[in-house]
Amino acid sequence: MTTQTTQTSSTSQTSQTSQTAPWDPKIIAFLCNWCSYAGADLAGVSRFQYPPNIRIVRVPCSGRVSENMIMSALKSGADGILVSGCHPGDCHYISGNLFARRRFALLSSLLDFVGIEPGRISFSWVSAAEGEQFAEIVKTVTERVRSLGPATRLVKNIDTVQTA
Amino acid sequence: MPAIKAARSAGGRGHGPLLPPCVLHDNFFYRTRTDYMPTINEKLTEEIRAQARTLLADGTVAAVIGFARGSLPMTVKPVVVRAAADCGRLVWNSFCVLNLANYLPEVLKSVEPPRGPRDPKPAGPLPKVAVLATGCWSRNIVVQTQEHQVDRERVVVMGVASRGMVSRRKVESHFSGREILAVEELDHDLLVTGADFADKINRWSVVRDNCQTCIHPDPVLVDVRIGEPASARKNPNPFKQVDDLEAQTSAERWAWFTSEFSTCIRCYACRNACPLCYCPTCFVDDARPQWVGKSLDPVDTGLFHLLRAYHCAGRCTDCGACESVCPMGINMRMLTKKLNKDVLNLYGMEAGMQPGSPLPLTTYATTDPQKFIVTEAKAVKEDE
Repeated sequence: MTTQTTQTSSTSQTSQTSQTAPWDPKIIAFLCNWCSYAGADLAGVSRFQYPPNIRIVRVPCSGRVSENMIMSALKSGADGILVSGCHPGDCHYISGNLFARRRFALLSSLLDFVGIEPGRISFSWVSAAEGEQFAEIVKTVTERVRSLGPATRLVKNIDTVQTA
Repeated sequence: MPAIKAARSAGGRGHGPLLPPCVLHDNFFYRTRTDYMPTINEKLTEEIRAQARTLLADGTVAAVIGFARGSLPMTVKPVVVRAAADCGRLVWNSFCVLNLANYLPEVLKSVEPPRGPRDPKPAGPLPKVAVLATGCWSRNIVVQTQEHQVDRERVVVMGVASRGMVSRRKVESHFSGREILAVEELDHDLLVTGADFADKINRWSVVRDNCQTCIHPDPVLVDVRIGEPASARKNPNPFKQVDDLEAQTSAERWAWFTSEFSTCIRCYACRNACPLCYCPTCFVDDARPQWVGKSLDPVDTGLFHLLRAYHCAGRCTDCGACESVCPMGINMRMLTKKLNKDVLNLYGMEAGMQPGSPLPLTTYATTDPQKFIVTEAKAVKEDE
């Protein structure tokens, strides 16, 4: 019950702010615990500046990120999605990111096929030592999403459902 | 419409091995055909019945999965025959659009002696099941074996070379608005009869899209051969429909996607007809987290179709069952076809064609293409 109440209050807050404040992209970043999350941490402690548009979800491995999670984030209104894991060959679980690479290749191609803009969903490899590179990638991804504008395709808009 | 009802009931109740399949015996063409020669499908039907009878009579198999005559013209229903005496029910024609591999795991389970979930496997070999299989269905059996859903040792594949199955929707579109009461099949033509019309149409012109572009009509597994093996079929580009869509802009493709799936009523017939969909709990039924809403909202519908197709990546054999059973005529096969194309181009694999090797998404190569990955070098370049 408590979570539901907080959710509703936060949605009403965002809808209020979206009427007043200019749009700023919201990007969900799925970062693997062993490399990319540590890379993001390093970017932080090294004071590399990067846009504050990403919301990080820490996952055990990029192989843990399923298509369901990505599509669910899109549905819930994320303007962009970034999935990042260890470089091929460096996976903590030996091959998780290699399986993930095949799955992401097919998913990004399928989403492009049905008309989701290619820049919405990005994949990258960032190691724990690449704080600066992480900041660069986040900058690129944010700029790309910003140039695409707010996500409209495959976004479930609760307001229109209620009025329809 | 008493005349129609009479014709239907007369056609629905034909039995016995001598009657050709899918024929209404009081129909115009049948009575006028004096130079009676069995068609290809009638010969195949006889052979299927004979083989099924032998397999069941000598105890090789406990059940045979095949097709029986349907209650409406241009329909058949899947049937499990468990006694040699019932083999006369089996038919074979161009309307066998369902994929029989879909029923295989369940039928295999049903012929096992009953046991509790923790009881050990009974000693000795378990009963076998025979199944009719064309090219794509046999490839699905290979995939089911690779995924440990089916024990290959327990399956007797009755391999039939497919001549391409007919799309009921395509035939109906030839006679828009008029009710078709009977369709008789000749080798290369269909004789379509209604209350006030009778017409002959070319069979290949109404064959399903996936069958027209198919290059593997012959089964990859054959234990019992029915009929002759198919001659090699060549198609310079089996992915032409996908290529045509890919040539469009992103906005045009989005417009196609939204309009194509806008009529979906979420009946899940596509899921139920698919031999790849065997998860005990499908992602659409998950409540926590609820990946896809249960509403008819276009976003929920779109997500359902995208994820359903994606879950078939590297496993789909393009059998077209999903499209054939769709009550709304949605071409959801385009999504799986697109994935098939990518899997072939990126990893050089086709579902069910390499029985010994793992499925494309359950393996990897260190050299897999990764052009889609955002790299730091690219990031720097774009900044400059």
